[in-house]
Amino acid sequence: MSIDAKTVVKIAHLARLKIPEEEQKQVASELSKILDWIEQLNEIDVTGIEPLANVNDENLRRREDIVNDGGKSEDILANAPARTADFFTVPKVVE
Amino acid sequence: MKLTDLSITEALIGLEAKKFSAAELTDTYIKGVEKSEDAGLNIFITRTPEIARRQAKESDARRAAGKAGALDGIPIAIKDLFCTKGTRTTAGSHILTNFVPTYESTVTQKLFDAGIVMLGKTNQDEFGFGTANVNTAFGPVISPWSGPDPAKAARKLIPGGSSGGSAAAVAGRFAMAATGTDTGGSSRQPAAMTGIVGMKPTYGRCSRWGIIAFASSLDQAGVMTRTVADTALMLKVMAGFDPKDSTSVDKPVPDFLSAVGQSIKGMKIGIPREYSIDGLNPEVNLLWDKGIAMMKSAGAEIIDISLPHTKYALPVYYIIAPAEASSNLARYDGVRYGVRVPGENLSSMYENTRGAGFTKEGRRRILIGTYVLSAGYYDAYYLKAQKVRRLLRNDFDEALKKCDVLLTPTAPSAAFAIGEKQDDPVQMYLEDVFTISLNLVGLPGISVPAGLASNGLPLGLQLIGRAFDETTLFKAASALEKAAGFNHKPPFTA
Repeated sequence: MSIDAKTVVKIAHLARLKIPEEEQKQVASELSKILDWIEQLNEIDVTGIEPLANVNDENLRRREDIVNDGGKSEDILANAPARTADFFTVPKVVE
Repeated sequence: MKLTDLSITEALIGLEAKKFSAAELTDTYIKGVEKSEDAGLNIFITRTPEIARRQAKESDARRAAGKAGALDGIPIAIKDLFCTKGTRTTAGSHILTNFVPTYESTVTQKLFDAGIVMLGKTNQDEFGFGTANVNTAFGPVISPWSGPDPAKAARKLIPGGSSGGSAAAVAGRFAMAATGTDTGGSSRQPAAMTGIVGMKPTYGRCSRWGIIAFASSLDQAGVMTRTVADTALMLKVMAGFDPKDSTSVDKPVPDFLSAVGQSIKGMKIGIPREYSIDGLNPEVNLLWDKGIAMMKSAGAEIIDISLPHTKYALPVYYIIAPAEASSNLARYDGVRYGVRVPGENLSSMYENTRGAGFTKEGRRRILIGTYVLSAGYYDAYYLKAQKVRRLLRNDFDEALKKCDVLLTPTAPSAAFAIGEKQDDPVQMYLEDVFTISLNLVGLPGISVPAGLASNGLPLGLQLIGRAFDETTLFKAASALEKAAGFNHKPPFTA
């Protein structure tokens, strides 16, 4: 088993994702099963192979560095769970 | 003939000849949508009959003024992954239950500009995470193929996924066409399982702007219709360069419809031997053989080809897709949109919000993605996967030097019952074994309904084309469609 409950807690924290304690062992076993299955990639030698991140051969396009949009604070805030004036609000960070 | 049985092509002729109005066509479809709801198919997350009636009225006015667009008055369903301005868009996720976009996706804007009528937003696997449309916050979709009374059937069947609601809508005649999306087979596999046509165009052909992101290097808009010609009509409207998506490609969009019905005499069709996987359902294998014979008698030349790295496509995908998904889904933090679950401090607010917001499969994918991208594992997993992705791409480049298109099955079996394969994520992932490579290499693919299994459920065959050569793909697909002559309807329809 490649992932134990402790590792689940660690990566769940990295992902800011709460996994209830009673589910951690089950999640660890599911993730291990998937990662064990992925291990078959070790059969392939990839020495000297260039990684492929973008399937389109052309390089990503650039555009002029000019403002072409804006003035949409109401649109942006329209779905906010909590707001004050033109700001998103969150629980207090600094005492 | 019932209005709901017409293809888009036929309906456009009927509208132009004033045999019926867009308002009448739309009302008929709205009744169908209601029937599907009453029967408990759970196809729609949000129904939009008022919008549909208004759009139909406007469409009739445009047609009367001689200003009808390419798809004017055609009632369709939109997958709930497309942002629709003013209409709730959930991605099938609890975390977006209350999200109402303030902007329109490029693809839906293009469809509206062409005159389509929106019947509603369809159910789906959360963010596209699934092949059975069971990983949704809104309950599974029941396929109209389950029986004449689907909700009471002993075995309630899946419609496939993740665009399961869209597939069930089109197959059951509850929409004339639907948008899907396709990150690993999410338009093609459900199309095969419901007896309709489903297509993923070349990566970069349609703008991804306003489609809620799952895995940005794999995501494409999908098309789901009942005929190949209808898919050609829809794609023509949906495709095209968009400055708002840096990966959309600036190439002219051909008139795909003109390819439909053309001869495939002399076309070279490759059969990848690695797709004869162990344990392939013998009926699927038999249908594949039949498909090969059909293409041969239509004049194509059949070529045996090899895609040596095929078996690695799924494990590569289950590194790259969750990695990209975990990054894309980082934005759901309960601050800017979506459902917030309070916590005593900022960090616990994030953790509570995200812990409650995603399905089990969503959580699983975020965790796998975070793990393979985390310090110490990046090279062993993510970088390795991208290198094997290059080898897969080289396989296809070589194969498509020798032939024009490839022919394969779409899915390893017919639809199964809701609840099956649920306990084993890897079993569920295997559903995409024939479709997933195309997203990794960016090529276009189309699933054509080609026959019924002995249990009476539809099976599809997939054609794969060269990048940005959907025209040849449509030619081959229409030849296969004609030869297969699939004219079966599910036992429950509008």
